[in-house]
Amino acid sequence: MPGYLIRRLGQALLVVAGVIVLTFAVMRLVPGDPAVAYAGPKATAAELADARRRFGLDDPLPVQLWNYVRDLLGGDWGTSLHTRRPVRDDLFQAFPASLELVGVALVVALVAGIPLGIAAARYKGRLPDLSVRLSSMLAVSVPVFWLALALQTVFASGLGWFPVAGEYDASLDRTSPLHLYTNITAVDALITGNWPILASTLSHLVLPALVIAAYPAGVVAQMTRAALIEESSREHARLERALGFGETAVLTRFSLRPALNPVLALIALVFAYSIVNGFLVEAVFNWPGLGRYAADSIRSLDTPAIAGVTLLVAVLYVVANLVVDLLQGVVDPRVRAR
Amino acid sequence: MTTPALPLYRRTPLRRLAGVDRLAVAGGVLLGIVVLAALLAPWIAPYPEDGGSATHPLEALLPPGGDHWFGTDQVGRDVFSRVLFGARTSLFIAVAVLAVSGVAGVALGVVAGYAGGWARDVIMRVTDVFLAFPALLLSLALAVVLQPSVTTVIVAIAITWWPWYARLTASVAASVSTRGFVDSARCLGVPAPLIVLRHVLPNSLTPVLVQLSLDGGGVILTAAALSYLGLGAHEPTPEWGLMVQQGQSLFTTDWWVVTFPGLAILVTAFAFNVLGEGLRARLAR
Repeated sequence: MPGYLIRRLGQALLVVAGVIVLTFAVMRLVPGDPAVAYAGPKATAAELADARRRFGLDDPLPVQLWNYVRDLLGGDWGTSLHTRRPVRDDLFQAFPASLELVGVALVVALVAGIPLGIAAARYKGRLPDLSVRLSSMLAVSVPVFWLALALQTVFASGLGWFPVAGEYDASLDRTSPLHLYTNITAVDALITGNWPILASTLSHLVLPALVIAAYPAGVVAQMTRAALIEESSREHARLERALGFGETAVLTRFSLRPALNPVLALIALVFAYSIVNGFLVEAVFNWPGLGRYAADSIRSLDTPAIAGVTLLVAVLYVVANLVVDLLQGVVDPRVRAR
Repeated sequence: MTTPALPLYRRTPLRRLAGVDRLAVAGGVLLGIVVLAALLAPWIAPYPEDGGSATHPLEALLPPGGDHWFGTDQVGRDVFSRVLFGARTSLFIAVAVLAVSGVAGVALGVVAGYAGGWARDVIMRVTDVFLAFPALLLSLALAVVLQPSVTTVIVAIAITWWPWYARLTASVAASVSTRGFVDSARCLGVPAPLIVLRHVLPNSLTPVLVQLSLDGGGVILTAAALSYLGLGAHEPTPEWGLMVQQGQSLFTTDWWVVTFPGLAILVTAFAFNVLGEGLRARLAR
């Protein structure tokens, strides 16, 4: 195990280093002078030179890269050009909101996708299977921004069942202000017993979380189905059938656990994907997460902010993959041996 | 339900034909319709001039009816015609992205797979780095750097798309390279580039081709998302994501402006996914 752990950690670190270099390279390609964006169009030549020196834009590229890495590791992610605050603080505020949304969506996706996958595998080739396969393929094919607009129009603006936009009713900030600990509104409201804000947050979560859940629910259902069908055609399933266990028992009691391993791996992939997919949904529902921050940053060509968001999500993806690999090593000893 | 552990019979051609996934056929037919719509758009669109910058202010926002099946948009253009022309934009983007990233990925992958050793390690680590960026994310960053246009969308998505094919090809090519005929060629003194081109490459392509058909839907969704965010196609290009974005504030009053372009994205991505899924199921057997 230690050998596997070290090898896997080393790989992850190498990828993170590459991610930093690639982010740096992309950001250096930005048209227009970041110094101009910071100092403003009316800046004098002296002010521009000053801004340039401040951002280290006069240095050769390798030096700039070195400084960039040093600052990142030192916790300085640069200053956002549009909020004029440290990017790290901005991300620290926006990311928990995205995490809340995607976390709820992934739970919904697992709760819906796994039983659907089991049902499809149990009735393989028959009507339940066909309908699960069709609906899961529809779920992965639907453009999220369009689904978000459609649900918002029908269930929020039209029927009024759910709020149209935002994370919670802002007027509650006056009647029952929220103390922040984790920056995840629902969690903070729960641990401080702030029921009005908790209720408001949950009702605001329903529509965007459902939209984001569509894609992961579809892939989880497909993957569960495929893994179960493969697992239940192995030797152990023959024995279980010979012992008189019914098909449902073979699937759920004996095949489900080994079959969930690839589903677990899938979740890591889907997590980062859902965060980015969530950008579009956040834009529609005006959710104060990374997506809205990224959209604002893009509009104002805010290089440090875009670099921060890109880096955060990419590193998140690497970490999620690492965690899943290690978890699989714990759950399934066969993985360690490889 | 019985599940034989070993196939007790050889598959005859007839059985193979009967085994073709009905879903794959359905996906193929659906995709065929979209392709036809794209190819024939100038001839079958009721108002071909509406595919461009034409405006008819007096006919703005007419609901769907006999003259305009999908209604008209905010400047009076026929939505049905624009949806047909939009198929051209989307399929063009999909084909371009898949071609560019497919060729790049396969080329790197086959080299990595055949060469093995440090060359494989280097290529695979670079691949890992690119894989860490979800396609839409790096496309977002790149689309800011480059000017918004259809070409930008193609470049941005292709850059994030090739690593999948590199990784897939590398693993297939590595196993092909251990086969007897490759060894024989090597012993006969066939130069390495020729072995790769003539023996390894042709035998490594099938899984990638299936993956390419499966990915068409993903490319179309990503491209539509970029245009929806204003980082891709711009007026007057008929692009489905852009059409949704332009009409979104009208959704409550004039639903057709947003609904039909969105459905077009859904149908096209669905067709690709169903077709690819069916092909993959067939390949797995």
